[in-house]
Amino acid sequence: MIKPEPSPQDLQYLVAQAGLDADQLRRAYRQLCLIRSFEDLIADRYYIGKTPEFNMAAGPIRGEMHLAVGQEAVAVGVCSLLQESDAVVSTHRPHHHALAKGVEPKKLAAEIFGKASGLCRGKGGHMHLFDTSRHFACSGIVGASFPQAAGAAFAFRKLGQRHVAVAFAGEGAANHGTFAETLNVASVFQLPLVVVIEDNLYADSTPKWAALSTVHHFQRAQSFNVPSYVVDGMDLIDVYRVAKLVIERARNGMGPALIEAVCYRYRGHFEGDAEEYRTREEVERWRALDPIPRLEERLKVLGWADEAMLSRLRDEARQEAEAAILFAESSPLPEPQEALRGVFQ
Amino acid sequence: MRKLRGLAFAIAEAIDQEMAHNERLVVLGEDVTYWGAVFGFTMGLFPKYGRERIVDTPITEQTFMGMAVGAASVGLHPVVSLMFVDFCGAGFDQMFNHMAKNHYMSGGQLPMPVTVITAIGGGYGDAAQHSQVLYGLFAHLPGFKIVVPATAYDAKGLTARALADPNPVMIFGHKLLTGLPFLPFEGEEEEVPTERYTVDFGQAAVRRQGRDLTIVAAGLMVPRSLKAAERLAQEGISAEVIDLRTLVPLDETTLVASARKTGRVLIVDEDYMSYGLSGEVAFRIQAGALGSLKAPIQRLAVPDVPIPFSEPLESAVIPSVQRIYEAARSLVGAQALA
Repeated sequence: MIKPEPSPQDLQYLVAQAGLDADQLRRAYRQLCLIRSFEDLIADRYYIGKTPEFNMAAGPIRGEMHLAVGQEAVAVGVCSLLQESDAVVSTHRPHHHALAKGVEPKKLAAEIFGKASGLCRGKGGHMHLFDTSRHFACSGIVGASFPQAAGAAFAFRKLGQRHVAVAFAGEGAANHGTFAETLNVASVFQLPLVVVIEDNLYADSTPKWAALSTVHHFQRAQSFNVPSYVVDGMDLIDVYRVAKLVIERARNGMGPALIEAVCYRYRGHFEGDAEEYRTREEVERWRALDPIPRLEERLKVLGWADEAMLSRLRDEARQEAEAAILFAESSPLPEPQEALRGVFQ
Repeated sequence: MRKLRGLAFAIAEAIDQEMAHNERLVVLGEDVTYWGAVFGFTMGLFPKYGRERIVDTPITEQTFMGMAVGAASVGLHPVVSLMFVDFCGAGFDQMFNHMAKNHYMSGGQLPMPVTVITAIGGGYGDAAQHSQVLYGLFAHLPGFKIVVPATAYDAKGLTARALADPNPVMIFGHKLLTGLPFLPFEGEEEEVPTERYTVDFGQAAVRRQGRDLTIVAAGLMVPRSLKAAERLAQEGISAEVIDLRTLVPLDETTLVASARKTGRVLIVDEDYMSYGLSGEVAFRIQAGALGSLKAPIQRLAVPDVPIPFSEPLESAVIPSVQRIYEAARSLVGAQALA
């Protein structure tokens, strides 16, 4: 869902309408850059020990790796509107959501490397990241985020807290029973829940046309009387505008909403994916819509940043990501006996 | 005959050969076309049979398991891929309460020829939701036959056998035995016939003859136990290694005969320790061989914790060659070493 590019005048109107000022938009830009750098560096380290022969068990980062390069604007557009006590439940592709929700990059990186200093003492790994201090959780099981976020929203209401819960999921998960079941419950209970579908067109290797009966998710959500919006997931400002509306409504007791964010992952479903199911040309077409240069252009048009400032923000973000990776690499592995602790409190 | 590396191609070849002879076979599941169900169990089928018979489903385990139940009841034989066994939770009700029970509950009216093929096991850093074995869960419930191949020869023959079975059969293929290039491989290249054949259910294989103790294993634990047995042999300890091949039906005869012969039994299992394979096998053996046992039956399994991500933690919980060796050595004790 690529929307018309706004004229300079319309752009000013759009950001004013969204309540975005120069500081906020520059911070959002820095966040996009932080996530991009973080994911690039994880990709780089992931292939240590995995080339020329790709063996998932080798190298400093073992197991599967699902990176979110290209999908940063969805995470930042939504999460920059959240408070620390708002809950986010993410997926098997969780790094961008975690960073956008304010999870400490060092602890995040350390967990991905399986280190004792990681968020979960090395027990969780890349698909199982938890940070109660930031109210962030995720799951490696597709479709698991919807009801858990609804549960958090349910609890916030019961406890009389004006917090909001956000469930992120891919379009593949929106075919899962939990999607429909959660929308129904959220609607009937009027829960402060925002469901964000990151529609990147492919569920693993399965193209959307082979698995979805309708192109759009908002149609399905509307049938549960959940207000629903389609946004350009490669455009931070578009995501932010809509997210602001629905998060404020949810916080004020006006019930759930769905955001359908059309976006794209430039990398494979996981690292090592041969991507037989799509063409290089398609990937390149989507790269032309990259959220980072698009936001750069708009910041310049608005007169809110020049090239020197953008470059400084990019460098800062890069350095923060590098420091996180360095922290992870230099941290010790957990002691083997840690494996036997923590099944129960 | 030709050499094959791993289970994945062997299973895919069995499905291919049976599909060519049986039009009722249809493959259902996530990523079964381009990705061959990720772990290769359906590789090569999509170009040959197309989307008509090799069907990518949406990510809806409950629904495609339920569809298999419905399709089987009216004449198809669905071959269902459960990408990782860990995902069974999302389709559990249809499997546990329907697939496994409908034939019985209907007084024998409803046929249920369904073959579920799933990937199991850890050892490559995929953590708690993608590394489990869980065959014990399914073996516990009446109504599933449980196949755990350890060799390519068995994988092909047992799969062909499953595809001729009128009952629900689950095939558990260990990821580290698939032979796929992106994972470690702990099996061996073997001779596997190109033609069709079957391997019967309920017949354990004695992979190595021995006198001093019996090691009982399934899946990946078979090659690990064989490696441990080689090290034990260097110290003069003679270990018999039994590959269960199928957990349901279970070959009690071979187990009891071996236990009577050696008098000592070590059960090695990659599933969780409690309420599972190791306890069940121990019970069956003591019931048939108590008088011959020289020591309490021992077991090595995942010590009732989820599979942790970090390498030293994961290695600490999944039975290794070293720990099998140590457990066997301690079971045999000083007598045999003397």
